[in-house]
Amino acid sequence: MADISPDILRGRRPSRRLWTGLLVAAVILALLAAAPLMPPSWRAVPDALRWPLSDWIAAGMNWLARDAAIAGVHFATVTRALATAAQWPIEALQVVLAKGWVHGAGFNKVQIAPPLSWLGVTLATALLAWRISGPGLGAMTLLAGLYLALFGLWTSAMTTLASVLLCVLAALVLGLAIGIRAHRSPGMEPAVRAVMNVMQTVPIFSYLLPTLLLFGYGPSAALFATVVYALPPMVHATVLALRSVPAETLELARMTGCSRRQTLWRVELPVALPRLAIGLNQVVMMTLNMVIIASMIGAGGLGYDVLRALRRLDFGAGFEAGMGIVALAVVLDRLTQAAARNQSVGRRRLWSRRDGLILLALLAVPTGLSLVLPALAVWPKALSLTSAPFWNAAVSFINQHFYDPLEAIRTFMLLKVMNPFRDALAALPWPIAVVLLALAGWRLGGWRVGAGIAAMAMFVVVTGYWLPATGSVYLTVLAVLVALAVGMPFGIWISARKRWHQGVQLALDTLQTLPTLVYLLPAVMLFRNGDFSALIAITSYAVAPAIRYGMDAMAHVPSERVEAAAMCGCSKWQTFRHVRLPAALPTLLLGVNQTVMMALSMLVIAALVGTRELGQVVFTALSQGQPGPGITAGLCVACIALIADALLKSGAARAARHQGEAHA
Amino acid sequence: MPDTPASRPVAISAEGVWKVFGTDASAFRNRPPEARTPEAMARDRLVGAVRDAGFQIGRGEVFVIMGLSGSGKSTLLRCLTRLIEPSEGRILFDGQDILSLGEKPLAALRRKRMGMVFQHFALLPNRTVLGNIAFPLEMQGMDRDRAEARARELAEVVGLTGREHRFPAELSGGQQQRVGIARSLATDPEFWFLDEPFSALDPLIRADLQAEVQRLQREHTRTTIFVTHDLDEAIRLADRVAIMESGRIVQIGTPEELVTRPATDYVRRFVAKVPPARVIRVASLMTPAHEAAAGEQVSADATIAEIAPKIVAQGGPLCVLDARGRPVGSLDRQVALQTLAAVSCIPVPVAEHRGDQAR
Ligand SMILES: Nc1ncnc2c1ncn2[C@@H]1O[C@H](COP(=O)(O)OP(=O)(O)OP(=O)(O)O)[C@@H](O)[C@H]1O
Ligand SMILES: [Mg+2]
Repeated sequence: MADISPDILRGRRPSRRLWTGLLVAAVILALLAAAPLMPPSWRAVPDALRWPLSDWIAAGMNWLARDAAIAGVHFATVTRALATAAQWPIEALQVVLAKGWVHGAGFNKVQIAPPLSWLGVTLATALLAWRISGPGLGAMTLLAGLYLALFGLWTSAMTTLASVLLCVLAALVLGLAIGIRAHRSPGMEPAVRAVMNVMQTVPIFSYLLPTLLLFGYGPSAALFATVVYALPPMVHATVLALRSVPAETLELARMTGCSRRQTLWRVELPVALPRLAIGLNQVVMMTLNMVIIASMIGAGGLGYDVLRALRRLDFGAGFEAGMGIVALAVVLDRLTQAAARNQSVGRRRLWSRRDGLILLALLAVPTGLSLVLPALAVWPKALSLTSAPFWNAAVSFINQHFYDPLEAIRTFMLLKVMNPFRDALAALPWPIAVVLLALAGWRLGGWRVGAGIAAMAMFVVVTGYWLPATGSVYLTVLAVLVALAVGMPFGIWISARKRWHQGVQLALDTLQTLPTLVYLLPAVMLFRNGDFSALIAITSYAVAPAIRYGMDAMAHVPSERVEAAAMCGCSKWQTFRHVRLPAALPTLLLGVNQTVMMALSMLVIAALVGTRELGQVVFTALSQGQPGPGITAGLCVACIALIADALLKSGAARAARHQGEAHA
Repeated sequence: MPDTPASRPVAISAEGVWKVFGTDASAFRNRPPEARTPEAMARDRLVGAVRDAGFQIGRGEVFVIMGLSGSGKSTLLRCLTRLIEPSEGRILFDGQDILSLGEKPLAALRRKRMGMVFQHFALLPNRTVLGNIAFPLEMQGMDRDRAEARARELAEVVGLTGREHRFPAELSGGQQQRVGIARSLATDPEFWFLDEPFSALDPLIRADLQAEVQRLQREHTRTTIFVTHDLDEAIRLADRVAIMESGRIVQIGTPEELVTRPATDYVRRFVAKVPPARVIRVASLMTPAHEAAAGEQVSADATIAEIAPKIVAQGGPLCVLDARGRPVGSLDRQVALQTLAAVSCIPVPVAEHRGDQAR
């Protein structure tokens, strides 16, 4: 009773809120209408305000890459040496997994030792999957392996896998080391967290640029970019995991007189292991995503296959390679997840010594046989299956028979919705936009948030990327709106249907493990290049968190309140409107936040299909090797993300305070 | 003096121990006494978790620290082991001031001579029962086989035979705490610290483990500091009880002393529900006499509740014997019966029973 009556007492508030909303909308519309009357310097940022930030960055990077020297040793020499050093383990792993030991080149090429046979690797991984999870995952692994081999994707997949394994290892070791240090010195922790937060919002391409300059084109540059990219979640997971070790357990260590090292290795890390394993899963998935993207700077592998196919407009081949990525992603995800789950539920003794021997035999026997039976080393091209013609035919079939309706949808959306919105945003005078944003931040989270938002918005202004930034905002906002309009109601609807939960969860998990590049394929196949394809790709990438949070928010409404509402005689709709929705609001807002973040991270990838916004700036800069614009525009995207994050998080915190419960 | 153990050599002695959260120790030591009142400290946003605690614990004594939640019991216990650094005071173990010990000797002291049982067990999830019990031994550098053999012995002592190779997640709460107890005893410590060891367990298992502690204490007497907020537990186990109220020890005494002569209203309310027969000992009620009375013989050390059947069965006075079996007095049946029937020794003023506070 006590829980719901305030809502009913507050009955007059929604209408007041509605009025406020209408008022704000009216003001914005009036401003837009008045935009032509305003001084021109309000629309286009005057040159006097611009800082040549991108020139400075370019100069700085160039200096770093060419002239910087410590004690006579050029920085570039060091980085190139590092790149060469990193090359070595990559090569070694590729020899084992993909290429075999080859001597000489061209016609003189002699294979001294074959790579591990695809059959062996597949069987061994399937055994591993079976042991740590069960026959289901074993079978899935087997299928994935067979798909990769029979469709002629094996070598590419192993190249990708080699990079992933190496990057994960490096990110794991570095992340653990940094995380442990950050955990031990409490002063360092907030600093690390701040850096990590920014790093996670900077778009993925921006990592490639500096590494490209410093380490040169090739797999080792990709390796460094990937490790830097995957480091934040590992550090974060490590700090969280170590912090989750109960105080009593640490006291136990002191009471038994453990040394610092004993405490770390015998007590803290083992107790933190389940959470570390969850971090590992995240790192593996981020690494895979980045390795795929990094094909653009010469990492090769499945991502390169997709890109090449996209450039040739060979959708079938692209789709096939994309499915190869999916297979790899799903297996890696399920394996690491199963390992994490085993850790946290304490399932142990899954692996016997005999299993180890079987595993070795599974690897060795087919590899040995592949010396006499080459099909076991590389599945012959002639026997490769391919579904590419089918997909290409399907695409042309669709384009022939459904061209008109598809084109009608596309044109309608572009002309009636997307372009007007884009133009409106572009016409909004920047001083007013900055002030409005800052005001919103101040209202929601106090003057600190407001000031922070104003500073970040002004950063975008002074970089001179205001206009492309409005383009980014337009795509993001539309994609988020569509994703929310589809995802949240669906999530809320599904939450009442317990039977479907598991299936939906599984589907969402799978969707979220797919590397971003994969999402582009269907959109491009149906709608060609352009903003509409980008919108679809971004939306489909961002819809998963919307659904997930919709479900979660509803699932966590305290059941006592619902019962109280029922006892008060509320109808279903009243219960939803006055009890469930208010209680779920904070979580829903966090879901909006997640959706925005996902959309922004997809934005840059969507630049591949030709958009006109910050993502495109970054992408172009990458393909031309210009660090200045690339990094600056990347930072602008980060600013947009941080502004959205600040607004939505404060909104969620406010809603939670209204609800009198500590979400967030 | 009530805060010194009767007829035992002193093992642990604490003098003027303070623990204040919110400031560093040197800043606190400079505070004059008038700035150490609860009001003055609250003004400076300091939390006086332990205020001026002083007591002596005898060798082999079971010393129970009791109080409501937040009264500073855990903090006091941790000051004694220096898991928490006291802000001020002296703590002597066998005459040695542990606050002056360096890192190494302190670690050695904890390793060799102290054992601790935790409220939430603090078992290591990645180790089996044996691995957990052997943990302190391994940390001392004992080799695996010997540590394991010793762990096996202890597992048997606490009744975990047959479960040695289970992981903590595969044990019930009671079994987990048995592991915790075995682990704390692995190094055969002189000083045994238990911080609310049974409050996470349900009542039946709690009773089992209390009996277990009593048995272990009978078999091998250790100087034991036991924190609890369960009065019943305190009465069962304690030689003496210290009652804490917002950081201060308000009374130290045997359960009988607390019940019959509570020092403050706080203590009075605390012990109000205790049936006097459970704590009052024959020695307190008997009339001294040197020749044996005719009736049935009872021990001077027994509580009235323990000898209830004899009191009921007997017609006249009972003969009281001391620990060596010599007659020391006689117990009047009428007096004994009255004690047995009494619900509480002290009437509790109704006004002090405050229910939920008005909003
Ligand atoms: N690290 C700390 N910082 C600040 N205050 C603390 C800290 N640890 C304990 N306190 C405060 O000291 C007081 C005593 O805490 P303590 O844990 O000793 O109580 P307790 O009697 O053991 O209670 P419980 O029965 O809940 O375990 C409490 O008011 C607590 O809030
Ligand atoms: Mg406590």
